[in-house]
Amino acid sequence: MENLIGLLVAAPLLGAGLLLCGGPRLDRAGHWIGTLLAAVSFALGAVLFADLLGRGREDRTLTSHLFSWVPVGGFRADVGFQLDQLSMTFVLLITGVGTLIHLYSVGYMEHDERRRRFFGYLNLFLAAMLLLVLADNYLLLYVGWEGVGLASYLLIGFWQHKPSAATAAKKAFLVNRVGDMGLSIAIMLMFTTFGTFAFGPVLAHATDAGEGRLTAIGLMLLLAACGKSAQVPLQSWLGDAMEGPTPVSALIHAATMVTAGVYLITRSGAIFNAAPDAQTAVVTVGAVTLLFGAIVGCAKDDIKKALAGSTMSQIGYMILAAGLGPVGYVFAIMHLVTHGFFKAGLFLGAGSVMHGMNDEVDMRRYGGLRTYMPVTFVTFGLGYLAIIGFPGLSGFFSKDKIIEAAFAKGGTEGWILGGAALLGAAITAYYMTRVMVLTFFGEKRWQPDAEGNAPHPHESPRTMTIPMVVLAFGSVFAGGLFSINDTFLKWLEPVTGHAEGNSPVSALTVTIGTMVVLVLGVALAWAQYGRRPVPVTAPRGNLLTRAARRDLLQDDFNHVVLVRGGEHLTRSLVYADHTLVDGVVNGTAASVGGLSGRMRRLQNGYARSYAVSMFGGAAVLIAATLLMRAV
Amino acid sequence: MNPVNYLYLAALLFTIGAAGVLIRRNAIVIFMCVELMLNACNLAFVTFARLHGNLDGQIIAFFTMVVAAAEVVIGLAIIVSIFRSRHSASVDDAGLLKL
Repeated sequence: MENLIGLLVAAPLLGAGLLLCGGPRLDRAGHWIGTLLAAVSFALGAVLFADLLGRGREDRTLTSHLFSWVPVGGFRADVGFQLDQLSMTFVLLITGVGTLIHLYSVGYMEHDERRRRFFGYLNLFLAAMLLLVLADNYLLLYVGWEGVGLASYLLIGFWQHKPSAATAAKKAFLVNRVGDMGLSIAIMLMFTTFGTFAFGPVLAHATDAGEGRLTAIGLMLLLAACGKSAQVPLQSWLGDAMEGPTPVSALIHAATMVTAGVYLITRSGAIFNAAPDAQTAVVTVGAVTLLFGAIVGCAKDDIKKALAGSTMSQIGYMILAAGLGPVGYVFAIMHLVTHGFFKAGLFLGAGSVMHGMNDEVDMRRYGGLRTYMPVTFVTFGLGYLAIIGFPGLSGFFSKDKIIEAAFAKGGTEGWILGGAALLGAAITAYYMTRVMVLTFFGEKRWQPDAEGNAPHPHESPRTMTIPMVVLAFGSVFAGGLFSINDTFLKWLEPVTGHAEGNSPVSALTVTIGTMVVLVLGVALAWAQYGRRPVPVTAPRGNLLTRAARRDLLQDDFNHVVLVRGGEHLTRSLVYADHTLVDGVVNGTAASVGGLSGRMRRLQNGYARSYAVSMFGGAAVLIAATLLMRAV
Repeated sequence: MNPVNYLYLAALLFTIGAAGVLIRRNAIVIFMCVELMLNACNLAFVTFARLHGNLDGQIIAFFTMVVAAAEVVIGLAIIVSIFRSRHSASVDDAGLLKL
């Protein structure tokens, strides 16, 4: 069984190698090879899952040591895998949703001549993400982490002929690098503290280290998670990442990439549990981001960017839950899985809409599409109900638990976090209803484009609708399936641990409160967009709307503080280099040159003047010797 | 006779030689002056050997003669070849090595 873990990673890696190196002869079958290998990986995952289920609850960890990577003196870096309940959950999500997205891409990318390459990148993405969640030490996790960054760069910039896509890819890569620095510093700190970076020893001995050290490690891990999971302050890349093909957005937002940060924090739970200050930072980041993303999502007219804001907000929920400690880990992962289903479904639905609408992304030019795309409408609608937390659907169970856990934090902190989470739920209901209404309800607002081609909305091909249907099933049933008898809790508890929080408000009150804000959000959005005609060009809007359209000025902030600041810093450094460093070097050279120019005059070519200096020198030497002797 | 007088003589000869080297332009004359200086040294060495009552100074005087003989051979060869190419034995004319 252990050997299968390596194959799990190897299958998509093989696909990436084949498709990227295979050349044009694979053009015709490449996409099916990629999809097949993703499916093989999923099948292996299912087999391993069945095997784990067959074992005792405490015995569900498989390890597989492949080889020693860097054995140098006291430093050991191994390539080994560790499959436990947490990794297993991720493996099934990544490979399952990943395979569906592969299948969807077969139809979506049908007319793209670089489809083979696209599938190669998708496979690479899966392989890197699997390596990330299966590694048994932080260094190997870092390899997967960077692999994910590379694959996302390649995919976001897949349509690199568009300057905006190329820029977005670069932006994603650069912002991620900032987070990566955090992870590498955290790993170095771990090595100096524990002498190793394997999960087992580090997490088992976490409490032995000083709290200051653990807080430092925790904050660096949080920085890493902020980069990959697009949390404030490293959130700016996510919106621009929508430049990539829609399946890529689905893959980034549901199965891979942004979930990595949540995984990292949950996996390092032992460190965070022992560092309360770091945990406070984590919940702060989570709470701020869940509101930030939700507000941005409300103002965007681009359907994909609205969904991107939503992702940021939902990941904020997960980070918030993960920051709450053992009370929240399980629910963070549970929300991650259910979010994986409905967000993938929503993105694939958005892609399907764009596919039928000549790649139009402005929701103000949609309207009334429900009759034209029934399958997309129903699956998107189910995803919508799931994300706003409609009772009985996936999002209801997972989000409710997180809000409850936030209140259970206790004290003023608990009220603030719980309030933020509730407010977030209200805004989520608002912006998702807005997306839903603008796209599928109301009157038709589409117009011919610049070349006079009027869109002919139509349902997408089978390869695209099947994954949407499957994901819709997941969005509907996953949450309930996980919550009945606390199945998910019991499954994950041996890895993450679990503690019941004592909330100042009862679970029922939280549920009712969530329902109330949900209805309020939906009603407000309906009143604004459903009952009144929607203008095709966006109205000017108030100050907050305008700020939210510009992503709450994130880019302006980065530009003023980081870009300008960086420019000033470099300019002053260049000035110091020119004056100070060059001054010393050039000054030395000039003074030596001047001195030697004067010395050169002694070389006048007259042998007799040389003789004078010889005699003079000898006389001085003798005089000095005599003088020394006299003294 | 007091041996110290030989030292005075040696100093006098050395001074004459040194002045010749510095003042004269003709390479041959300069060369002879160098020989004069060498021999003044030899005289001083021998005198010291006599004063101290051992043979060290005399031995060194022999060494000096050998070195001087070798030097004369090479020096004259150089002077002759310079004279052949420049038709002059003046050291001031051979100033090509200056910058």
